[in-house]
Amino acid sequence: MTARHVLVVGAGPAGLAAARSALAAGAEVVLVDSAEEMGGQYHRVPPAAFGAAHPERLQHHWAPFTRLRRELRAHPRCTWWPETAVWALEPRDPGEQGPPRVHLLHGPADGSGRTRHVLAPDALVLAPGAHDRVLPFPGWELPGVFTAGAAQALAKGERIAVGERVLVAGSGPFLLPVAGSLLEAGAGVRAVLEANPARTLARGWGSRPWQLAAHLGKTGELRDYAGQLLRHRVPYRTGRAVVEARGTGRVEEVVTARLRPDWSVVPGSSRTLAVDALCVSHGFSPQLELPVAAGCALLPSPAGEFVRVDGEQRTSAEGVWAAGEITGIAGAPAARAEGALAGWYAAGGDRTARALPRLHQVRDQGRDFAARLARAHPIGAAWPGWLRPDTLVCRCEETDYAALCAAAREESGAAARTARLATRAGLGPCQARICGPTVGELRARLRGSAPDARDAEGLAAPSSHRRPLAQPLRLGELARAPAPPPPGHRADGGPGSVPPRDPGPELPDDPAP
Amino acid sequence: MTARLVPAADDATGRRERPLRITVDGEALDGFAGQSIAGVLLAAGRLAWRRGPSGAPRGVFCGIGVCFDCLVRVNGEPDVRACRRRARDGDTVLTQSRAGGGEEAGDEGASGSSAALPAPAEEDNSDTEDGV
Ligand SMILES: Cc1cc2nc3c(=O)[nH]c(=O)nc-3n(C[C@H](O)[C@H](O)[C@H](O)COP(=O)(O)OP(=O)(O)OC[C@H]3O[C@@H](n4cnc5c(N)ncnc54)[C@H](O)[C@@H]3O)c2cc1C
Ligand code: FES
Repeated sequence: MTARHVLVVGAGPAGLAAARSALAAGAEVVLVDSAEEMGGQYHRVPPAAFGAAHPERLQHHWAPFTRLRRELRAHPRCTWWPETAVWALEPRDPGEQGPPRVHLLHGPADGSGRTRHVLAPDALVLAPGAHDRVLPFPGWELPGVFTAGAAQALAKGERIAVGERVLVAGSGPFLLPVAGSLLEAGAGVRAVLEANPARTLARGWGSRPWQLAAHLGKTGELRDYAGQLLRHRVPYRTGRAVVEARGTGRVEEVVTARLRPDWSVVPGSSRTLAVDALCVSHGFSPQLELPVAAGCALLPSPAGEFVRVDGEQRTSAEGVWAAGEITGIAGAPAARAEGALAGWYAAGGDRTARALPRLHQVRDQGRDFAARLARAHPIGAAWPGWLRPDTLVCRCEETDYAALCAAAREESGAAARTARLATRAGLGPCQARICGPTVGELRARLRGSAPDARDAEGLAAPSSHRRPLAQPLRLGELARAPAPPPPGHRADGGPGSVPPRDPGPELPDDPAP
Repeated sequence: MTARLVPAADDATGRRERPLRITVDGEALDGFAGQSIAGVLLAAGRLAWRRGPSGAPRGVFCGIGVCFDCLVRVNGEPDVRACRRRARDGDTVLTQSRAGGGEEAGDEGASGSSAALPAPAEEDNSDTEDGV
C-alpha cells in the first residue's frame, strides 16, 4: 500500500496528537505551525533564546508534551515546519481527487523574504485553534485593555506581567488560568469577575461536574488555580462584569456592574475600580478561515459556529479532517482526543484498531464537556445594553454603535456586505476576526432577523469568515515561484513511498493531574 | 504602573538573558533575545505605539496575531505584527498610524486580503501606511 501524505495545520494539542496518530497509521506527515515552537496555545513555551532551565514550572502536562515533541521531531516520516503559515487553500482542478492544495509561507512573521511552498497532500487535518472573543464595551480600545489570552500568552511566552493592578473579567473557566499566570508573574490581581451568576454556572455544569472534569484530567488544574486565588486573596465574583473602561490614553479605571442572568445591568450596582490593566474574555471564537476556505460546512450552536465533523472527525469537504477548538470549545484534553482520531482516519488507519473505542469515548466526553461549558458560560442576550452610541464595535475601522444602527436602519433588507461597506465595520486589517461575530449579531438584532451566520445548518461559509488570504502575504512573495516541498512530498498528484506500518494509535497522554 | 518583565533572577523558569538593542522611532530600547517586538516595547514601559484612524493610541490587544492592533514597520517592512515578530539585535522599528486617512493592510482591495506592498523606497515615519 502507498503511504498517505497527511498535512497537519497547527501544532497545538489537537495537531500534535493528529501528527502522532497519522504516523502510527503509516502516513508521511508534514506538520506546520506559524509559531516557532510546537505546543499551540495550551503548551505555550518560552522562546528557545530564553534558555529556560525549568519551563515545566509554568505548565500542566509538561512531560507527555515534551515526550511527544521529541518523538515527532525525531520521526523519520515526520517533517516539522515551524514559522510556516498557511495563507491559502486552493481547490483541486475539476476531476482531480483530494483536499485543496495548501499554500505555505515559511519565515519570520509578516516578513517579506519568506519562502513559498505548495503542497498537495492526500489528506488535510485542520487544527488552527481559537482566539478570545471579546464583546465591545465603552473604552475597550484603550491601551491596557487586553484579551485574557494576550495576558496568558505574554505571561507564559514572554514572562511579561501586563500590569500591577489587574482585573480579569468576562466569562468562562479560562479566566482562572489567566489570573494564575498573572499572579505567578508577580502581578496583583484585583479580582476575577465571571459575568454569569452562580446559578447559571451550577445549572450549566449540571450534575457531577467534577467527575466529568476528572475524566478530562482537568481536576488538578482547577484545584491549583482555585488554591492560588485563595492564597493571594483574589476574590472570584459571579454575576458581575466590566461595563466600561476609562482613562486618558490608557486604561486607568473600570466600571463594573452586577448583571442579571441575561446580562442586563442591575441599575445602581456599578462601582469603579482603579486598575492599570484589564484582561477580558467572553469565550472563544474558532479560527474558521481555513475550514471555510476548504469548503467545510459549519454547524451553528448557541456558542457560535464550528466546523461540522462526523464521528471520525471528517468534515464535509473531501479529504479534510478537523480537530480541536475549531469543532467546539472543549479544552486541551478533548482537542488531543479529536486530533488523535482525525490523524488516524486521515491517514487511512484501520477502523478496527484496539485503541479506537477508548479514544472515541474520550472525544465524546469532550463534546459533553463542551456542551456543559457552553451552557454554564453563555453570553447573555442583553449584553448590548452596555453599549453607548459612541462605543466602538469595529476596533480597526473605529465604527461605532451609532453608525451600525444608522446603517441597519437605512440598509434594512440589504446584504451583510452592503452594511460592511456602508460602515466599514469588518473591513480593517483584522478582516473581521475580532468584530465579525459581534457585528453579525448586532446587525441581525437591529434588523430583527436571525444573524446570517445562522441561516441554515450546514450552509457553507458565512461572509465574516471568508478571507481569501488566511494570513497576510506580501506581493513580492506572491510573485516568487514556490520552492520545492520537503523531500518525499509533492506539490501535485503522484505516488508516495511505501512505509512500514506501525501497530496502532495511542491514547493521548492524559496523565493523572 | 504598567507591564513589566519578570526579572530573570526571580523567574521560576530559570531564564537567562542575552541582551539585544532595537531602535523605535530612533530611540534605542534594550531587550533580550527571544522577546517579540511587542515584548520589548511593553517591557520598556510602552503600552501603545500605533494610532488608529482617529489618532487614538493602540498597542497589544490579542497578543496572538489576530487583531492587527500592534502593527509596526520593521527594517522598512510595514504592517508587521509586533506580537508575532521576534526582535533581532539592531532592528529598526518605526511606529505606524492610520490617522489622516492612511490606508493600511486589510482593505477589500485587489486581493481582498491583508496583503501589504513592499516598503516604499523612502524611509520615513509618515502618517500613512502603504497597503494594497
Ligand atoms: C491566547 C490563548 C491562550 C490560551 N491559554 C490556555 C491555557 O493556558 N490553558 C488552557 O487550558 N487553555 C488555554 N487556551 C485555550 C486553548 O485554545 C485550548 O486549551 C487548546 O490549546 C486548544 O488546542 P488546539 O490544538 O485546538 O488549538 P491551539 O492550541 O490554539 O493550536 C492551534 C495552532 O495552529 C496554529 N495556526 C493557526 N492558524 C494557522 C495557519 N493559518 N497557519 C499555520 N499555523 C496556524 C497556531 O499558531 C497554533 O499554534 C488558550 C487560548 C488562547 C487563544
Ligand atoms: S496584538 Fe493582536 S495582532 Fe498583535
